[in-house]
Amino acid sequence: MRFGFVMGEIGHGLRRNVSMVISVILVTFISLTFVGTASLLQLQIGQMKNYWYDRAQVAVYLCTEVSPGDVCPQGEASGDLKTSIEEKLKSSVLQPYIKEYFFENHKQAYDKFQEQFAGNSVAKYVTPNQLNETFWVSLKDPSKSQIITESFSGVAGVEEVRDQRSYLDQIFNILNAASLAAVGIAALMLVSAALLISTTIRLSAFSRRREIGIMRLVGASNFYIQLPFILEGVVAATIGSALAAGAVLSVVQFFVQGYLATKLPFTSFVNLGDGLLVAPALIAAGILLSAVASGFAIRRYLRI
Amino acid sequence: MIRIENVTKQYKGSSRPALNNVSLEIEKGDFVFLVGASGSGKSSLMRLMLREDIPTSGSVHVMGENLVAIPSRRIPFFRRKLGVVFQDFRLLPTKTVAQNVAFSLEVIGKSQGFIHEAVPDVLAMVGLEGKADRLPGELSGGEQQRVALARAIVNKPAVLLADEPTGNLDPATSEGIMALLERINLAGTTVVMATHDRGIVDRLQKRVVEMREGEIFRDQRSAGYIKTQTDSHPVKSWNLAVDQSWSLGGDE
Repeated sequence: MRFGFVMGEIGHGLRRNVSMVISVILVTFISLTFVGTASLLQLQIGQMKNYWYDRAQVAVYLCTEVSPGDVCPQGEASGDLKTSIEEKLKSSVLQPYIKEYFFENHKQAYDKFQEQFAGNSVAKYVTPNQLNETFWVSLKDPSKSQIITESFSGVAGVEEVRDQRSYLDQIFNILNAASLAAVGIAALMLVSAALLISTTIRLSAFSRRREIGIMRLVGASNFYIQLPFILEGVVAATIGSALAAGAVLSVVQFFVQGYLATKLPFTSFVNLGDGLLVAPALIAAGILLSAVASGFAIRRYLRI
Repeated sequence: MIRIENVTKQYKGSSRPALNNVSLEIEKGDFVFLVGASGSGKSSLMRLMLREDIPTSGSVHVMGENLVAIPSRRIPFFRRKLGVVFQDFRLLPTKTVAQNVAFSLEVIGKSQGFIHEAVPDVLAMVGLEGKADRLPGELSGGEQQRVALARAIVNKPAVLLADEPTGNLDPATSEGIMALLERINLAGTTVVMATHDRGIVDRLQKRVVEMREGEIFRDQRSAGYIKTQTDSHPVKSWNLAVDQSWSLGGDE
């Protein structure tokens, strides 16, 4: 195997159809950027799930004087009812599932509300009595909120039991749909990238059919004949996937870390470490895709 | 060196087989002319010897390789022991004479050192010293065929297959190519040459295998283009009138 000769052949082939090579580079670039973005989005979703699910609590809202009569016929939950609810939380049935709980009274709820809606006109009209007193329950396993919901729904003095995860799930569903859309687009583009690579290689082989004929005649091995063509596809796709890796890394560095992370300081975002995990995978995917596509194309073109 | 036994080749969509039960044996060091009209089966036979194709039935052995059963990954190594030249030279127009010859060595992985030694040697042997850096387009037809011959023999093949090597050349130039082929043959290489050139066959008086309609019509040592009365091994009876009409007007 003569390295210089193979390199010369590749350079020759790449120069011969520059426009096709550029289109291969661009298509692999864009498709792998989609793949990279989709995988970063998945990493982001995973990270947010870990962060928020752990902090998600189950709220047991107690009746107030303004609660609807059908769930709270007795009006404001009395001290006795509160005590019985708290005892139930402490009971041996629920104790194994509960990490901790705390009680939030009208005053605390009002303060929190004023803080959250500062500057909003709603804050002026609301009175402490309108806001629910609440038992905030943290579970050992946040996915088992069902137990609390079943235990307290319909209990006297409880207006509603709500798992905060139900709010989070909506956000995650949207993010998931977005990343699935990106994956779908990426899959389509990868198919077109593969077809484009094999067309390019076939074109390249056709323009060098004279050389190929002589190589076969003088007994060059199949591997030797095919290698420059396969490497030609691989070189073009590697350039494209390196660009995609660069694009993904700069999105992480400049958009996510440089912009989003400063705007939303209490959210954990994917960082450069995650980007560096995705980037080599993109390049590997680009190399694999092009090697298979061009190998397949040249094998069909060159039968002994 | 070459043994062909009961070979039949039937191409798809053709009623008559291109080769019909052909058997032929060529010894090491032989010089054989393969003659016959277009469509008589010469080219099919050459293709089988090159392992460009396999027969429908029968066996083909070349240099100890069973070409019917040879696995495809071994075909390139078989072809390295074989030289081939064609009527249309098949040179690379963008490479110089020396590069054309070197190319055939590069692609089978020979070292740069070997190439630097072998290429000037073989160019001198075919009489092209001083033209190493010319492009094929700047050479005459005869010189181009010499380049093709240099490429075919640079790897010292045991067998040289020549498919109408003088087909595009004038008689004087053909003469030079034939002298070269004889020298290659004298050096020990078995030469099989398919040709329509009556003058060359008559003058060299080598073994002549004549094909007709896919069968071997005659196989004669030290013979001319047309069967003579002193024929020692008639294969089958034949009609003089038919034969002459073919040999005068049969050239495509």
